[in-house]
Amino acid sequence: MDLPFLWNTARELIAGVPLMFQLVSLSLALGLVLATLVALVRLSPWPVLSGVAYGYVYVFRGTPLLVQVFLIYYGLGQFEWIRESFLWIFLRQPYWCAILALTLNTGAYGSEIIRGGLQAVPWGQVEAGRACGMSGWLLFRRITLPIAVRQALPAYGNEMILMVKATSLASIITMLEITGIAQRLISQTYRAIEILLVAGAIYLLINFLLTRAVKALEHWLSPHLRDAPAPVLPNAALVH
Amino acid sequence: MIKRTLPILAALAAAVLFAGAPAFGQAKKVKIATEGAYAPWNFTDASGKLAGFEVDLAAELCKRMKVECEVIAQDWDGIIPALNAGKYDAIMAGMSITEKRREVINFSNPYAATPAVMVVLKSSPIAKALPLGDTYSLNKTTPEADKAIAAVKVALKGKAVGAQVSTTHANFLETYLKSEVEIRPYKTTEQHDLDLTAGRIDAALAAMSYWKPLLDKPEGKDMVMVGPSFTGGVFGSGVGIGMRKADGSLLAEFNKAVAEATADGTIKKLSMQWFKFDTTPQ
Repeated sequence: MDLPFLWNTARELIAGVPLMFQLVSLSLALGLVLATLVALVRLSPWPVLSGVAYGYVYVFRGTPLLVQVFLIYYGLGQFEWIRESFLWIFLRQPYWCAILALTLNTGAYGSEIIRGGLQAVPWGQVEAGRACGMSGWLLFRRITLPIAVRQALPAYGNEMILMVKATSLASIITMLEITGIAQRLISQTYRAIEILLVAGAIYLLINFLLTRAVKALEHWLSPHLRDAPAPVLPNAALVH
Repeated sequence: MIKRTLPILAALAAAVLFAGAPAFGQAKKVKIATEGAYAPWNFTDASGKLAGFEVDLAAELCKRMKVECEVIAQDWDGIIPALNAGKYDAIMAGMSITEKRREVINFSNPYAATPAVMVVLKSSPIAKALPLGDTYSLNKTTPEADKAIAAVKVALKGKAVGAQVSTTHANFLETYLKSEVEIRPYKTTEQHDLDLTAGRIDAALAAMSYWKPLLDKPEGKDMVMVGPSFTGGVFGSGVGIGMRKADGSLLAEFNKAVAEATADGTIKKLSMQWFKFDTTPQ
């Protein structure tokens, strides 16, 4: 093992972490908004809207992200009217194409996770809320949403991990994130195995930190599952 | 370890059994990798078969070496690591002979030489500012070449320039224009052409032998070659056949075949057929 080489490689690859972090956080934030809207529409009583939302979920879950990235980047760029519209300000740049593809993808998966979370809220909890005089938005905000979020979190944590790994596809549309830099380094040194090992280790480390963070959030949101603090028992020696 | 020593042992055994016979026997099949996405050097035709200058040349060389050859397609960005991993025996994929690559693989003598040149859209202001110039060698630093590069720097300041990843062209951009331009690495040359046409990049750098035939086709009707063209230095010394360092006998066979095909005009004939100009190394 050539340790100095691995160390240098790691330092070069870490330069791609900020871009990866931007891609993940921005597309997850936008994707979460989209996912919530789509989930609410899916659960709405309007069949046409619900059908459209289902169509979107069906298409973006059913096609590979690689194909979506290619279609958005190279596909949309083929149309003259898109190149002449205001959309081109964004679509011209590989950065926004990557954000768009990742957002649409995570929006589709996320909406199903949120829908599942909302539908799994126990009816008894909602009923109890109603019995206390809550209804509508207040009931949703105080009872339904917190329980749904707590229930959806493990699945959504999975989705966040998948998104970290999905950013590697941005390298095929010329973005120099971790995988993109790794490819450039391989082209300069031809030491594919070492470089890809280091790249893999960086993804692993990021996802380790991410899983810890999700776990901490789960813990914080589940006070009812934690052990109660140990009761302060009177000292036995003093009683007797 | 076993993978590497077995063929050597087999070769030694063969050498002992058929005293005087070359270790590289006639029964052996030579697997040659090409990219299949770099027309007209090598590409995949409408029926899915590999075709192009190098596919034809490979057939010619194998005929001269009296071996059976198989040409297979392999993605460009992993083409050298896969050779060293033993997936095939040789690379013929428009690959320039550079010092960096020589550190990891062997090269035959060059079978083609072609300068590198930039292409922009005819409608781009660069087309007027930087007309097509002379060819400069980067083997040595000369004031002429420096001046030519300086002119390119001025014309392309702040622009986005594309090149295929892992190529001498990407290497040139990294070495000479890194601080002036935004470098965009593409997986294939076809992809930077799409982005050039779409206006995402302002220029693309590739081999003249790639551009010339493309510019004659409808896809290239809006493109034009600009600025100085370059050879040598980071662009290496021509295009050669890549082989594993351990395959000395195969190297000798290929060198002999390339020399024959150069001498009898076969390479020139194929070059005229595919590139419309002579790319035989001088």
